[in-house]
Amino acid sequence: MQWLIDFLTWLGDTRLSLSIAESTWLFPAIEVVHVFAISMVFGTIAIIDLRLLGLASTNRRYTEMARELLPWTGGAWVVSAMFGTLLIASRPVAYFDNTDFRLKFLCMGLAGINMLVFHFVTSRGVARWDKGRVPLSGRVAGGLSLVLWIGVVYFARKTGFTLVQGGA
Amino acid sequence: MEAIATWLAATTASGVIQKTLWVIPVMQTIHILSVAMVFSSVMMIELRVLGITRSQTVEQTAHRFVPWIFSGVAVLALTGSVLIIGEPQRSLPSYEFQMKMLYLAVAIAFTIAFSQSVRQHALVWETAGATVRTAAARTLVNGLALVALLAWSMVVVYGRWIAYTVIH
Repeated sequence: MQWLIDFLTWLGDTRLSLSIAESTWLFPAIEVVHVFAISMVFGTIAIIDLRLLGLASTNRRYTEMARELLPWTGGAWVVSAMFGTLLIASRPVAYFDNTDFRLKFLCMGLAGINMLVFHFVTSRGVARWDKGRVPLSGRVAGGLSLVLWIGVVYFARKTGFTLVQGGA
Repeated sequence: MEAIATWLAATTASGVIQKTLWVIPVMQTIHILSVAMVFSSVMMIELRVLGITRSQTVEQTAHRFVPWIFSGVAVLALTGSVLIIGEPQRSLPSYEFQMKMLYLAVAIAFTIAFSQSVRQHALVWETAGATVRTAAARTLVNGLALVALLAWSMVVVYGRWIAYTVIH
């Protein structure tokens, strides 16, 4: 893991990282875009998850909703990740050492695996339930996704408190 | 505002919130999750109004998402109040907080006007833009949709920027 620490230390000393860390407005400005994007990611995912769980949009075709919504989820996730990387760059080692920050990425990794399993296994039988009640495996995927993404947001927000004492 | 903030900070409720360390991060997390639901619901409506998505009617889209905006705003008001009581000096006197409330009032007014209009003139909403006579109306509706989206966006931007208010 030493190579990773070396890399993060190097990253923290780059001109870009130093400017973000030293500027009074750059970090908040990047964070605003990050929070904006993540709220689109979470909101659109939750709309789909609630459909899978049978709690909302129950009269709509799953495939149609996915086609309309998921490009926005993906786009917003890319923006969120790009701006999130810049936030990490401001203090790479401190973030890497932070437990809440690691838990956030654990939640996001698990959410990603859940999504892949749903996409490649569960949703293959979508023709049978596209307009109706989703089978148990699909409902479990929707519930897991919702819980894991709530975890991502919770641990991300908590990182703001544990990284800097009395922080924002 | 300063006086109210000072008084509020001295209340028992404020003391309890400040001393119970988990309250603020948990409230902020629920607050952000609600922002995500509200903003994504707004986005779903605006995408439909602008004609970018078309699988549902404007009325169906409003019926699905407007209640989520209002209940989301209720949760935001509740968690926001806890945050204000906990740290009144951080928010009440802050320029960013006041701007956020201003844009919130505009955004809510837009949402109420929109939902009333759709309820009363569902047919007009479906046919807007269909004829030359309504081309001007179409432009007006698109413009209003963008203004509403901008107002909600400003709520998010100023909301996050409260954390970086410079206290004079």
